[in-house]
Amino acid sequence: MVWPPMVSAQFHFTEEQDQFRDMVRRFLVDTSPTTEVRRLMQTDAGYDAAVWQRLARELGLTGLTIEEKHGGAGFGMVDVCIAMEEMGRALLCAPFLASSVLAAHAIALVASEEDAGRLLPSIAAGEVIATLAITEPDGRPGVDAIALPAERTGDGFVLDGRKHFVLDGCSADVLLVAARSPGSTGSDGLSLFEVAPDAAGVTRRALTTLDPTRKQASIEFDGVQARLLGRVDEAGPGLVRTLDIAAIALANEMVGGAARLLEDTLAYTKIRMQFGRSIASFQAIKHRCAEMLLQVELAKSAAYYAAEAMDAESDEATYLASLAKAGASEAYLHTAIEAIQLHGGIGFTFDQDTHLWFKRAKSSEVMFGDPAWHRERMMQALIVKERASSEAQMGQPA
Amino acid sequence: MSEPSESSVRADVSGWLESNWDPDLGLNEWRNKLVDSGWGMPEWPTDWFGRDFSASLVRAVEQEFAKQGAIGVARGGIRLLAAATLLEHGSTAHKEQFLRRILTGEDNWCQLFSEPGSGSDLAGATTRADLDGDQWVVNGQKLWTTSAHHANWGLLLARTDWDAPKHEGLSYFVIDMRQPGVDVQPLAQMNGHASFNQVFFDDAVVERGHLIGEIGKGWQVAMTTLAHERRRADGLRSGYSDVGADIERVGRIYDEEQVETATVMEPYTWYPQRAGRVDLALSRALDSGRIEDPTVRQELAKLLILSSSAEWTARRARAAQQMGKPQGPEGSLGKLAASHVARAAARVHTLISGADAMLAGSDGAEDGIVAEILLSVPAVSIAGGTDEIQRNIIAERVLQMPKETRFDKGPFRDVPKNVSTRLAGENE
Ligand SMILES: Cc1cc2nc3c(=O)[nH]c(=O)nc-3n(C[C@H](O)[C@H](O)[C@H](O)COP(=O)(O)OP(=O)(O)OC[C@H]3O[C@@H](n4cnc5c(N)ncnc54)[C@H](O)[C@@H]3O)c2cc1C
Repeated sequence: MVWPPMVSAQFHFTEEQDQFRDMVRRFLVDTSPTTEVRRLMQTDAGYDAAVWQRLARELGLTGLTIEEKHGGAGFGMVDVCIAMEEMGRALLCAPFLASSVLAAHAIALVASEEDAGRLLPSIAAGEVIATLAITEPDGRPGVDAIALPAERTGDGFVLDGRKHFVLDGCSADVLLVAARSPGSTGSDGLSLFEVAPDAAGVTRRALTTLDPTRKQASIEFDGVQARLLGRVDEAGPGLVRTLDIAAIALANEMVGGAARLLEDTLAYTKIRMQFGRSIASFQAIKHRCAEMLLQVELAKSAAYYAAEAMDAESDEATYLASLAKAGASEAYLHTAIEAIQLHGGIGFTFDQDTHLWFKRAKSSEVMFGDPAWHRERMMQALIVKERASSEAQMGQPA
Repeated sequence: MSEPSESSVRADVSGWLESNWDPDLGLNEWRNKLVDSGWGMPEWPTDWFGRDFSASLVRAVEQEFAKQGAIGVARGGIRLLAAATLLEHGSTAHKEQFLRRILTGEDNWCQLFSEPGSGSDLAGATTRADLDGDQWVVNGQKLWTTSAHHANWGLLLARTDWDAPKHEGLSYFVIDMRQPGVDVQPLAQMNGHASFNQVFFDDAVVERGHLIGEIGKGWQVAMTTLAHERRRADGLRSGYSDVGADIERVGRIYDEEQVETATVMEPYTWYPQRAGRVDLALSRALDSGRIEDPTVRQELAKLLILSSSAEWTARRARAAQQMGKPQGPEGSLGKLAASHVARAAARVHTLISGADAMLAGSDGAEDGIVAEILLSVPAVSIAGGTDEIQRNIIAERVLQMPKETRFDKGPFRDVPKNVSTRLAGENE
């Protein structure tokens, strides 16, 4: 039995990675205080264009994993995850997950070299914001749920249907749309298309989100001419990989948010006085904080490990992506619930910042599949593997 | 000082084993050789039977041993806690007297810390040691002492000063368990085993030289023992792999090892079960077909997430330590994580078993192993410091939260205490 999956993980960050983290953290402390988060969450675009430009030019984050030949930094998954963790801490409002993670990886994994060369440099430079439209109004996660049909017409394709929950869908300059050849099922028959948001037949509507720090859109495609990226019907594996990468990235963002919540809550319990003592001196509170720390550190370990596995191109990456996503979702939500509770009444106010993270925790819990869905997915991956290995053993002479 | 490369270590150890390992040697003879060679405990200091190796090199050595099916030094029980404590606080004479026989397995050890009146509050020990001429005379009672019935030496925490504050009146001794003044009574446990005992001291003696550290500084020494105990509970699997599982274990030495396993190691047969047997959970679910039940899959997934995350957390702590980075919070969490894992595992085993979870022994699932899991898991969150104590430690030391209000300051004589009780033993 191969369990738990072992990849050649380091279990620590390199000195360069620690420095990279410091740099990102310092930048975000300056540019994403909660006053900014609150300002941006009221805007339609939901991000600050000037900060996005600095993120691109000064830190090179927008093209972090894009290959150097396409204008990116060519870094690995671990580095993206460091950035995501810091963004989660700071609750950065920016289209990083949509453009630099989802779209950039979908293009790199699915599109032709020529299309990648055309699209990626401007994404890397932060000049173009792209997003991946994959989930539909039924909200089901995973590529099997993609239903939007792509009809072949003469020399092109026409899309008809609706994509929902599209991250930064209203502000994106490029829409990547996952669609299906009629009659196909599962991960077969999937293709990736590029659509300009102002193309005829595209209608975008901002969704009212529980978490205002991350914008989502519903996009209607009514007989829209779409440009195929990569080969027709062969986008399935690349999209699965893209979603695994997104799940791991999001898991890291979540542990960053959870760690920050714990720190802030801890600081508050130390200054809040009741019954003539700080509430941090009550054992009921100490024990809950100790449990929070445990949950956060466990989730971190899984999120880091999954990132390392992705870089090592482990064939356990799907299993580990789901493991990390499920673990981080539970830990973040638990921490957020506890954080509100330990703040008392002030924690339930709009003026106090805890709810900002609580909302991010809640939406992230469900985004790309809730914990129950990911647990099922990791078990299915494990079962397939176990059956294969026991069949292989039975085939061997005793 | 730079470490040798892993490949050169592998070559050295496998070469040494090729010329020395012989399954027809006696266990004791072989282990003495091992001790002299430095390959038995390569993580120990070079002055004391080791090579100062880092964890990754130690792992390489263990793997080479496993490849050839070679038996290692004795590791079971609390012997390595005793050794770690002696390495840190013992005199040269102590190390000379005890370390070798710890590794050869000739001596067995027990930890005489907890008492009827003081468990979590270890520093409240009331077993007393009084200096009388050239020896210490010990009176009192210890409780929950695992393996006391196999031990010939005990690590004893006893009070030597009743007027000093609680933590400052304790001293740490090594006591000879095989003497008339020491009475060991086994205690039956809820899982049917009897690995712990109550130990009565009635004018038992400790030779003067067997004080470890200074008089009144016993608490500091005990903390070393406990730190090692808790670190060991951090969920990391032992470095031993089953690479050599296909090696036929035939020879005198294997027979002698089996005898050791069946006797002095007998108290620990249920320890894997108390950790929850996560290893069994998936295969049981698959073999029984219970994996078809989505509830089983959900709970099993939760367990696997928890236990692998705990293992990776322990590895992060170890990696940080190896790189000389300051210890992060991940280092203090292992014992608490292990309790969560064990409980989650018990839940999954119950789910898989269904009604069979009501049965035990040969009627029970997996020939009673599942029942043993269910009845042993409650020990994990008690032994070696309860979950509540771990949470206190994490909150106070890692999270820097205020310490508990204390009612036990001032001379120990005046601190409120329990009335001592004698428990019905195994035979009563
Ligand atoms: C299987 C097993 C093997 C053992 N082996 C050994 C051994 O070899 N040698 C040895 O010395 N000891 C041994 N022990 C003893 C073990 O260390 C103690 O049982 C343990 O430390 C708890 O002490 P106690 O039993 O006195 O419980 P108590 O300390 O009385 O605790 C009772 C309850 O009160 C809680 N509590 C106590 N203090 C606090 C506090 N400050 N804050 C919040 N809650 C608190 C505890 O968490 C627990 O829930 C063993 C125990 C077991 C179960």
